Amino acid sequence: MNTSNSRCNSSLGKKYVMAITGLALFGFVIGHMVGNLQIFLGKEVLNAYGAFLKSKPLLLWGARLGLLATVSFHVWAAIRLTQENRAARPVRYAVTKPIGASYASRTMLMSGLIVASFIVYHLLHFTMGGLDPELLTFLDEAGRHDVYRMVVVGFSTLRVSIFYLVGMALLCMHLSHGVSALFQSLGLKTGVFGGWIDGFAKISAIVIFAGNCSIPMAVMCGFLK
Amino acid sequence: MKLTLKVWRQQDPTSPGKFVTYEARDIIPEMSFLEMLDEVNEGLLARGEEPIAFDSDCREGICGTCSMVINGLPHGGQKATTACQLHMRLFTDGETITIEPWRARAFPVVRDLVVDRSAFDRIIQAGGFVSVFTGGTPDANLIPIGKPDADLAMDAAQCIGCGACVAACKNASAMLFVAAKVSHLGILPQGRVEKDRRVLRMVQAMDKEGFGSCTVTGSCEAVCPKEISLRFIARMNRDYSVSLLKGGE
Ligand code: HEM
Ligand code: FES
Repeated sequence: MNTSNSRCNSSLGKKYVMAITGLALFGFVIGHMVGNLQIFLGKEVLNAYGAFLKSKPLLLWGARLGLLATVSFHVWAAIRLTQENRAARPVRYAVTKPIGASYASRTMLMSGLIVASFIVYHLLHFTMGGLDPELLTFLDEAGRHDVYRMVVVGFSTLRVSIFYLVGMALLCMHLSHGVSALFQSLGLKTGVFGGWIDGFAKISAIVIFAGNCSIPMAVMCGFLK
Repeated sequence: MKLTLKVWRQQDPTSPGKFVTYEARDIIPEMSFLEMLDEVNEGLLARGEEPIAFDSDCREGICGTCSMVINGLPHGGQKATTACQLHMRLFTDGETITIEPWRARAFPVVRDLVVDRSAFDRIIQAGGFVSVFTGGTPDANLIPIGKPDADLAMDAAQCIGCGACVAACKNASAMLFVAAKVSHLGILPQGRVEKDRRVLRMVQAMDKEGFGSCTVTGSCEAVCPKEISLRFIARMNRDYSVSLLKGGE
């Protein structure tokens, strides 16, 4: 038999990579959102959460590197697959009608690439302070990094908040298709659960959109200050 | 009915093709799409021109030979219908209809609307069979098969190998075809013996032919004249991973 390496490099192998990394990123997005929603529990809770994460550098850096590797594999597979898919149809149709295919499913590469640029922006904004170095210098009464104030000040600029909403809209479009596709790619969408999986993907995309957007929206409305 | 046809004309695999416009006059709504083309070809022959080359055989929706993209949709886009079973009453008088061949690197154009689909044959040769000793016909029902399995295998066996799935897919992927064949044989006891090897070999052959991969858009399922379900692709994905985990052949 051929080496298992070449099997994993097959079209189906790359789809497993897509699906497994996609699932991991989906899990991260949920966890990240739940963590951040603690902002509604007040400054004390959020800053304690931030300090807790920072107090475990090994875990924090493990997670960061793990995520970087996961995203890299996901993007690598996405680009390789897209190249192969384009090569599979060298001559295009004069007339095309996207029958049966949702908009989200046809634009996975574009939504993914926009999400990637959003992630870079987001990291520059709140993790590295590349956009406004001051954000990382806020301290609360207990001498911890004042995450709460950083978020409030960070989202007080309309442009920035709008960019976050757009980033989330694209992420959620990506996931509304991606989360059901990953079950298909892993071969788990065979039984009567098929319809449920589609529903789960749509609902989780909406929940992620609403959950994450609630923070910049709350700042813009003056609810969080 | 009077129609304007924009038809892809291409002399041979290597020469460049182009759209040529024809008028189709006196078309009766009861005609099938292929009969309409026959009518146009009669006219071309009478004028001493080359008729439009297109594939057809049974003309009753069971052989999978007819293959053309009509107004952007393989087989014209009517639910569960091949081009030969499509009727002119679906079109409106005076309409312009664009007719193109299947477009995929793995399906090179032979001439006009005719493409070479032997890539499918090579995928079948790679594993789409059951190895048995030939001899006398075995008794019917010698091997009991449960009704759910029999039904599922028959749903997959409906595939007529026309290639509309490839034609419709934005990635020119043959996953629905391969999945139908892998499932049809793998679900039945006779084919289960070679299940693991079959799926690996057929997927390898599919990749080698240069088909794209699946993005789960669902276009294939929507145009399939035999309504093969996307669930078979999920099934093939599972069979493939199980086979890999078992160490392959
Ligand atoms: C960083 C940039 C990203 C790019 C360029 C990208 C690109 C893609 C592409 C092109 C596909 C479809 C592949 C195909 O089936 O042909 C895909 C699928 C998917 N993506 Fe992304 N994506 C990105 C980020 C993300 C993120 C952040 C998540 C999760 C939070 C995610 C989750 C998924 C999931 C679950 C799938 C479905 C996997 C499957 O079809 O089996 N992606 N991605
Ligand atoms: S000619 Fe046989 S299916 Fe159309």
